[in-house]
Amino acid sequence: MAETTAVLDAPDPKMEAEVVRKPLVLNQRTMGWIGNYISSIVEAKTPLWWYIAMAVTVPMMLMCFGCLAYLISTGVGVWGNNHPVAWAWDITNFVFWIGIGHAGTLISAILFLTRQKWRTSINRAAEAMTLFAVVCAGIYPALHVGRVWMAWFLAPVPNNMAIWPNFRSPLLWDVFAVSTYFTVSVLFWYTGLIPDLATIRDRCTTKIRKFVYGILALGWRGGNRQWRHYEMAYLVLAGLSTPLVLSVHSVVSFDFATSVIPGWHTTIFPPYFVAGAIFGGFAMVLTLMIPAAAIWPSLRDLITPGHVDKMCKIILLTGSIVGYAYLMELFIAWYGANPYERAAFWYRATGHGAWPFYWAMMFCNVIAPQFFWFKYFRYNWIWVWIICQFPNAGMWYERFVIIGTTLQHDFLPSSWQLFHPTWVDICTFVGTFGLFLTLFLLFIRFLPMICMFEVKAVLPEADPHYGEPGHEYDDRPELPSGAEED
Amino acid sequence: MEIAGNPEAPVFAIAAEFDSARDLYHAAEKVRDAGYKRWDVYSPFPIHGMDHAMGMKRSYLAQIVFIGGLTGFLTAVSLEFIPSSFLYPLVVAGKPVNLMTVPAFFPIMFELTILCSAFTAVFGMLILNGLPRWNHPLFNWERFKKVTDDKFYVAIEARDPIFSDRETREFLESIGGKNLAIVHED
Repeated sequence: MAETTAVLDAPDPKMEAEVVRKPLVLNQRTMGWIGNYISSIVEAKTPLWWYIAMAVTVPMMLMCFGCLAYLISTGVGVWGNNHPVAWAWDITNFVFWIGIGHAGTLISAILFLTRQKWRTSINRAAEAMTLFAVVCAGIYPALHVGRVWMAWFLAPVPNNMAIWPNFRSPLLWDVFAVSTYFTVSVLFWYTGLIPDLATIRDRCTTKIRKFVYGILALGWRGGNRQWRHYEMAYLVLAGLSTPLVLSVHSVVSFDFATSVIPGWHTTIFPPYFVAGAIFGGFAMVLTLMIPAAAIWPSLRDLITPGHVDKMCKIILLTGSIVGYAYLMELFIAWYGANPYERAAFWYRATGHGAWPFYWAMMFCNVIAPQFFWFKYFRYNWIWVWIICQFPNAGMWYERFVIIGTTLQHDFLPSSWQLFHPTWVDICTFVGTFGLFLTLFLLFIRFLPMICMFEVKAVLPEADPHYGEPGHEYDDRPELPSGAEED
Repeated sequence: MEIAGNPEAPVFAIAAEFDSARDLYHAAEKVRDAGYKRWDVYSPFPIHGMDHAMGMKRSYLAQIVFIGGLTGFLTAVSLEFIPSSFLYPLVVAGKPVNLMTVPAFFPIMFELTILCSAFTAVFGMLILNGLPRWNHPLFNWERFKKVTDDKFYVAIEARDPIFSDRETREFLESIGGKNLAIVHED
């Protein structure tokens, strides 16, 4: 039709701007610039702020280790866990940390499979965050067993006491799920690092660095005969990690859902936990990335406002799913007509700790992210950072509400008891932030925090047909076929 | 032409530099059509469609990973059912081990399948790529350090049946290669 042709020939400039995607790398940075800039962060003299930050986080980390040593040498009674609230802070913190890890795997695996190219500039740091969060998480169940030197009972190994773990216990599923998750995350992260370590190796000037990065790069040469297996391995790992990340928090939720405790025994737990984990994880990613982009201003060409915008939208989506789950829990508690379930939720909403925990959780996780409906808040990074602190705190409250307030009132009123953390509880939890941040600071100091080779590959000139007729712009969506013949 | 490595040692390859992914892609098509077999292109990032330009098939790593995953799955099946059904039947909450309770064994089967698949994917990739290795003749060439930065290379190896010092060099020049080097082993 003549009309259609006319429109296609002279596109409205405003429409054009809408159709063409924003570039993923701003300021037309070249491949050389990306490699240079990211490597220079690793190669430059250690900045003063790094030492100051380490001076804060390392003592916190040591405080954590000190508390753990005190706990191991004295006994698990130094924590405030009491009889109905046997899981208390340690399992709260475990679920909190393991949830944070989920955003990294979501970015590295699910966004890879769905071809979200914007993931390339944030996946490395997010995956590192995953690993460090899982390290922090792993501390708690290991110490929660009480006699940590007997933790090997969890592993199904033949032994002279003829003891086998119960394979049908969700707690054992958890052992397998978390250890698999950590191992696969390490493999995935390291696989992604190999070509970038080779970049650093090839730029090294000192012998020691050359040796260390040379070993770590495994002799990578970047030949296509290597890349084709490499890409396949990466694709397979992404395909494996996608169900894995969805399963890990599902399995964690089974710890609760397969029990008969009112408030835990619900089928909504797996999707609700997974959404919450991604929600809290993205908040932590932004909590770490925004300061990084403030410290190294040129990073903003790679971590652009568009990236932050997309992450805010994911927070909004998952936060709303979490909000739906909270309301659905309340609805089912009422509609299910189970008096114990009703009592449990009534106690959560009105009993001890309702204001500091339950309603704080509601505000942080459901209300606060709603600001991200507005473009102003998604593009103002100070607001983004402030709003992200609410999910960070709110997800901890959520886990404490699920564990703490639910266990305080079990079936037997005579055993009802409130939970109060001891100084060891508090110092261990604060200390794990020190451990997490110390590991993250070491990571940004010694490893490239942005995946250089993947960012280079999303530049328009990385297209083998760049500049050829019909390929003017790689990211430009093709017109529907047949549109011109009409 | 630059000489890299020990000139006394046997020749490993003749290599040429290219400026962009596009140039490398078209160079690869020409090397493929010239009938070379032992050669490779080197780039800072994987180039979309390069397997086709080089005349190579899809990587068979995925098939290997399937075997790895199957191993993990069967390991989990035997790890769970041999103790639970035969060696040490554990009756918890009165639940027997029979077909009805099999779903409770699924999570561990799933996890071990993923774990073994992931190990196979990573170590299989390294083995197929001949990694890790301490050194490689191409690292004797100073310019080659740019391969992890923003330059692109083609190297035709001396063990190729139709390799010849002069003709291969002329061929690489004719397809637009720059800064040619003859790379020796060390």
